[in-house]
This record gives sequence, C-alpha cells and structure tokens, in this order.
Amino acid sequence: MTETTTPAAGEELTRLTAAAMADRLTAGELTSEQLVHAHLDRIERLNPVLNAYLRVDAEGALATAREVDAARAGGEQLPRLAGVPVAVKDIACTEGLVTTAGSRMLAAWVPPYDATVVRRLREARMPILGKTNMDEFAMGSSTEHSAFGPTRNPWDLDRIPGGSGGGSSAAVAAYLAPLAIGSDTGGSIRQPAAVTGTVGAKPTYGGVSRYGVIALASSLDQIGPCARTVTDAALLHEVIGGHDPMDSTSIDAPVPPVLEAAGTRDLTGLRVGIVSELTGEGYQPDVQARFDEAVAQLREAGAEVVEVSCPHFRYALPAYYLILPSEASSNLARYDAMRYGLRVHPEGVDRPSAEQVMAASRDAGFGDEVKRRIILGTYALSAGYYEAYYGQAQKVRTLIARDFEAAFEQVDVLISPTAPTTAFRIGDKAEDPMAMYRNDIATIPANLAGVPGLSVPAGIAGDGLPVGVQLLAPATSDERMYAVGAALEARLAAQWGGSGSVLDRAPDVSALVDAFATTASSADREVTA
Amino acid sequence: MSAITRDDVAHVAMLARISLSEDELDRLAGQLDQIVDWVGQVNQVAAADVPPMSHPLPLTNVTRPDEVRPALTAEQALAGAPEAEQQRFAVPRILDED
Repeated sequence: MTETTTPAAGEELTRLTAAAMADRLTAGELTSEQLVHAHLDRIERLNPVLNAYLRVDAEGALATAREVDAARAGGEQLPRLAGVPVAVKDIACTEGLVTTAGSRMLAAWVPPYDATVVRRLREARMPILGKTNMDEFAMGSSTEHSAFGPTRNPWDLDRIPGGSGGGSSAAVAAYLAPLAIGSDTGGSIRQPAAVTGTVGAKPTYGGVSRYGVIALASSLDQIGPCARTVTDAALLHEVIGGHDPMDSTSIDAPVPPVLEAAGTRDLTGLRVGIVSELTGEGYQPDVQARFDEAVAQLREAGAEVVEVSCPHFRYALPAYYLILPSEASSNLARYDAMRYGLRVHPEGVDRPSAEQVMAASRDAGFGDEVKRRIILGTYALSAGYYEAYYGQAQKVRTLIARDFEAAFEQVDVLISPTAPTTAFRIGDKAEDPMAMYRNDIATIPANLAGVPGLSVPAGIAGDGLPVGVQLLAPATSDERMYAVGAALEARLAAQWGGSGSVLDRAPDVSALVDAFATTASSADREVTA
Repeated sequence: MSAITRDDVAHVAMLARISLSEDELDRLAGQLDQIVDWVGQVNQVAAADVPPMSHPLPLTNVTRPDEVRPALTAEQALAGAPEAEQQRFAVPRILDED
C-alpha cells in the first residue's frame, strides 16, 4: 500500500465514520498514517477560516499513527479505535502541548501532565490531531468568547458553531476530525452538536474523569464525546468512561453499555416523555416542527410517548447562573499570576505588591464574560447575600432533581429540542449576555441534576440550518439515551437517503471557505487602497 | 433585593482581585444589575423545608490509601511559573513597603 493518497481520495477518507475507519484499519485496507494525513491536509486548507483548532499537533499525531501501523503490521492486538484520529477540546491538559482553555491567561501554558481523558485516548492508541477552540474557560454558548477569535459554523460561516465547545463541533461537522472530546457544564457538548448537525453526549455526572480538565464549575462539569453518528459517540464514550481514582467524584462502576445500546432499532415498550416546559413558546417554529417529527418517528419505532411536566425547570436558568458563577469564581481564583499563567505588572507602579500584580494580571488575562461571571459569583457568595442567592439556588437544584425523579417514575427517557433556535449570527448576542444565557434553557437542567443527555440531528430548519433533539436518561442509565438516539437516527437516515447523515445536506464547506477567503482579501485590498 | 451598584461592583472586584478599569465598572454595573435581578427569581420557589443540593452525587469522604506515589518533579512543577528561583516560585513582594 502506498503512503500517499490523492487529494480526492483523502477527502473521501475523512467522510468515513469512526467505526468504518476502525474497520478498514483492522482489515488492512487503510493505514492510520493515511488517515491522519488526510485530516491534516483538510485542516490546513479549511482551518485558517473555520478556526476550529487552536493548535494542530501534526508531528505527534503522525508519530502515533506510525506506531499503530507498525504494531498492526507486526500482528499486535490493538484497541478498536487504534489509529482513528481524534481532536481534544483545549480544556483538557495535554502534556507538552499548549493548553489554553481559550484564555489569554494560559496563552503559552504547557501542562506538565495529561488529563485522564487524554491518557485514555493515548492508551486506545488514537492519534491526537490537535486542540479545539472554545469560549474562554468554557463560559459561553457561541465560542465568540475565545481569546483567540470565534470559530465559524461550517454550515454558514457567518454563524456560531455553538459553545462552549464550538471548535470540537465544527471540526467534526467539517470532517476535520471524525471524533472529538468536549466538556459540558450547561450544554457545551449538546448545543454545539445541535447547531452543527452532529451528535454530542454528556454522560452521567461522574461518568468520565475530570482529572486534568480545567475546572469551570466542579459540580456541573462533565466530559463527553462529539461525533457524527450515535455509534461513533458510543465508541468514544466507552474509551473515555469509567472510574478514575484521581477524581474523587468519578463513579466507581462499569461504563453503561452504550455501544450495545447504539445498535437498538425497535423501541417497543419504551416510554418516552416530552417535557412540557421545554417546548412551545420561545422555540423557533421550525425547530419545534423537526422536534414533533422526531417524536412521531419514535412512536413509529414502537415507543409510547406521553407528556410530562417538570414545573421547576423554569427556574433552572436563574439557579444555574448563580451556582455556576459561584463555583467558577472559586475555581478561577487559582489564576493568581504566581505559579503559572500570565503575569502582568501594573502600569506606573514602581515596586508592585503581589496583590497588585495579581489584580493587574487577572484584569489583563480574563475576557469580559469571565470577569462578569467571577464578579457575579463573588457577589452571590459574599457576606449578606449568600443565603438569598447561592443558598436559594441550591434549593432550586433539589427541586429540579426531584422533577427528574418524578418524571423518570413515569417514563424511561425524556425528550426536548436541544436548543430553542438554530445557529445565530456571530455578533448577534455579543452585547446581551442574558440573551446568550437563555440559549441553554433546555440543556441546563441535566447538569444541575447530574443526569446524562444526548443531542442527535433531527433535520434542517427553513433557514437551511440543522436542528437537534435532546434525549435525557436517569443517572447511570446512559445506555437508554443511546438506544433511543440510535433508533431515531436510523429511521431518519432511511427517510433522508444518501449516507443518512444530515451533513450530506450541508453546503460544501471548501467552497464556502474559498469564497470567504476571496471576499476577505478583496476587503483587505479595499482598505489598503 | 437591593440592586447592585457601581460601588458594589468595585468592592466585589477588589475581593476577586481583578483591577477593573472605570469603563469596565460602568458597563458591568449595568449588566450585573439586570442579571442579579433575574437570578433573584430563585427566591420565588425555594421554600424553607427544601434541603440544599450542592452536588449530584451523594459522596462523603472519598479516601485512598496513604501511599507514596510518583509525582511531578520540582522542575516540572515550576516549568510554567512566571518566575522561579532556587526550586521555588518567585513572587513580587508580599509585605507593605517599610
């Protein structure tokens, strides 16, 4: 076999599912080096405009690929995804590879160790293509809050790819990686998946180790897979999931059988609940229409569908925007300019104190949204306000968890649209933080209660942009959402035809990028002239 | 619930060790006033008999055997330091002058 492929053949390779890549590698029809090269070529061509990757590790990815190819040639038994490339959100520490969390504070920081999730990718022998863009410290729903510029949605370059994990979702949607790691504190895996026509899963809280992942809100953060199919997400979920003694909140139990569940087609006897509070008013009409069609598909697959009420979900957003900033203000206190990260000396101060350096560095290193949330959290936790804000929010959290418990007594799985709208335009919500916050209305309850959630594509809205539906399951029953997601995906694929992927109907991103680059350079010329 | 003022923001920014510019203080005060008013809705439902929930998992005192294990070397731990001296983090002065 030759080690070089024609550009067209390389393009074809990047369109395979991760499962198909793994099968072809196992069958000896393909080398990991070819696969990695195909992705690196595409990244080189498209990433300058998409900005999905903040850093590409071509050398590291190729080294892993060659090792895997040599091991396979030598007859070694390898893990299922060995040789299949993966992208990692820039929130997970990678030893020797700059990890920024999208912040100026960590612009040049090289972690001295790997996050457990990264270690597991390495043990699975998966080449890591690079680190993906994100809202600074994962605060945002659009990736516009990255200190290193926004990521563009491959469906429409003027639109956001979701956030905070917009780099991972855009990379997967644009075939710059078959799989990616994300983190989900209030929807940062699921909402980006919905607005890019991809699949994203937030496992049960504690299902994947957080060790070595830069903390936002420790009681809400969860690592999970981003992919183009439910099976691919399940494959990656099984690689990264499971107990880790380095994370005291990691669940000491086997990973739920998500891959097996991803083979489900028949939903006979399964009870699905539509969350009344997460549909209707506030949802874009054609998002609602695609949702209703998805529900009809589940009925045809044999599911019994009922409506359930979770009355306290309407307080989930306010509770979340107290709990998250409170935990974040505490977690981000570590960026003190003393031990690592940016250190800035205040202007006009001759011999500044450590405290003055700290305050100047945090002003220079943090962006607007991060400052807003740190100030809000510090306020909510400060003397005289703690009970009225943080204390009350924790009670609301209990009420939301009770709503889930009551709902899961009536049904096996809950369903809602993943996001109230399709991807909005870059800049549209930049000046209105609360409008941005409201975008997470459907995804946040799962984080507050710790239950798992999965977003799968449900079709395209009138504006030509993809829509996602969200499936929610009880804690540690992640396999249920994979089963329903897989059955829905299969039925929609049969209806849509082609490869069955909603991405078949996305515009050609190469053409979009070329047109964008031409417009941008002619604009430059006008400015210079 | 009292609204958040510019002075409140300045005080909280001091507690959070962020030296905000005058412009930032003006902008944040307006935005936070709105946000604080909105998050205050939590007071409409949370009754006294509802226990607070701090975490999704009912975990207490997760421990491990107290055994010596490999850890970062001093060089590795100091590799990201803005300034290091004699295997220590070098920091600006921590006491008042004189």
